Amino acid sequence: MKYVLLICDDEVDAPTNEQLAADPVHTAWLDDLDRRGGVISMGRLRPVVDATTIRVRDGETLISDGPFAETKDFVGGFLMVECADLDEAVEIAAGHPYAQRGSVEIRPVWE
Amino acid sequence: MSTPDVRAAVEAAYREEWGQVVATLIGLTGDWDLAEDCTQEAFAAALTTWERDGVPRRPGAWLTITARNRATDRLRRDTTGAAKLRQLAALPPEPRDESPEEIPDERLRLIFTCCHPALPFPARVALTLRTLAGLTTGEIARAFLSPEPGMGQRISRAKRKIQEAGIPYRVPPVEKLPERLAGVLAVLYLIFNEGYGEADQQRALTVEAIRLARVLVTLMPAEPEPRGLLALMLLHESRRATRLRDGVLVTLEQQDRTRWDRALIAEGVAVLDEALGMRRAGPYQLQAAIAACHATAPDAAATDWVEIAGLYADLARIAPSPVVELNRAVAVAMAEGIPAGLALVDALASTDRLDGYHLLPATRADLLRRAGRLAEARTSYEQALALAPTEADRRYLAGRLREVGPET
Repeated sequence: MKYVLLICDDEVDAPTNEQLAADPVHTAWLDDLDRRGGVISMGRLRPVVDATTIRVRDGETLISDGPFAETKDFVGGFLMVECADLDEAVEIAAGHPYAQRGSVEIRPVWE
Repeated sequence: MSTPDVRAAVEAAYREEWGQVVATLIGLTGDWDLAEDCTQEAFAAALTTWERDGVPRRPGAWLTITARNRATDRLRRDTTGAAKLRQLAALPPEPRDESPEEIPDERLRLIFTCCHPALPFPARVALTLRTLAGLTTGEIARAFLSPEPGMGQRISRAKRKIQEAGIPYRVPPVEKLPERLAGVLAVLYLIFNEGYGEADQQRALTVEAIRLARVLVTLMPAEPEPRGLLALMLLHESRRATRLRDGVLVTLEQQDRTRWDRALIAEGVAVLDEALGMRRAGPYQLQAAIAACHATAPDAAATDWVEIAGLYADLARIAPSPVVELNRAVAVAMAEGIPAGLALVDALASTDRLDGYHLLPATRADLLRRAGRLAEARTSYEQALALAPTEADRRYLAGRLREVGPET
């Protein structure tokens, strides 16, 4: 099954790319992904200050700054991965450093 | 065979075999709704076939193979069913009485899947009662005093999530087992407690919970905690009939011990001994050990409070909670004297961890009453009365309030 993992935190004291690359939890997570295989696509997202949200209402396109939802945690990265089942996706999610500082949401993909 | 006999045999098979037939069918087809529908049809077929041919020697095998045949028929009509059909061919074609080994017991996979942490807790409870215990949606809704359509939706959403989110149908690997088993035990204990507060129901939840705990003990013979939970349930159940008198809560101390069920107590103690023999203590074993101290005391005065206080201290260490602390305070009061217990209660009250919990002021009130400090007891009983959640609790507290005398 395909899952998207939405990797979230509140962006307070977010690590830089360099800090993340040096984080042993993060490198262990990447190594684990390598061993499992099945990664379809992944990426870290720039912070929400760079986000733009689009809504079309009554045929009019509304463009606004920032993320759509006023939540505490923002999506900061994503991973699309092929897993045997939800339990494997949970294992991958639990290994990401952001699971400790923020949260990781697992969403099965329509197939 | 006469119709009432056959009906009784089918009803007995329903209680004993439902979960196993559904579990096997889910294992074979991967389709929860199909599994349930075909199991239901197999029980309906049993009513007529068993009357004609007699009750088979192994009703479970007959029901499983009949349900499997129904599933095969349905999948044949459905072109997407081809892959599932190949798995179904693994069972013998006709219901026969020989070689029971070929039908695997899949109930352990079923129970762990029903209690998977990715499902909302109330859905785990409802799904376990529906698929494993075979209660109807209506029976579950009535037991939890919630409307039937909502309960049906809760169950079907859970089944859909299992399918769509890819929740695996399996027993978790050994490194995840302690955590996941604790989740299963919590579901069974909630079912039990839900039934414990109620007067008699047609299919009492306490009885269902005990039945499920027995199944779990059989399926996980090397684990002590399922035995601990079963013992705890049996010991509580032994005194269920004496807990209420005319809708008023009766405390352990005042319960009529001659009406406690001795057979359940004996079994509870025996099951607990087996668990403790495995030398891996856990929260359910400790709670059962405490319940056993009460159940085997000849009268309230002869209760071994020193032992109970020690068990609560152990429990507080491995499963810390403010409710456990409160119970330990009572045991300490009885073992060492009221002032020692009151000091623990007051320490607990000075934190905000039990704010709004009626048993905190109720416990304080009882200790003050025993110490003869009636005016203070009165104030605490009044606080407890304002927080009490059920009518039975309120009636009990109101009675105590009258006992400690009028306001001065």
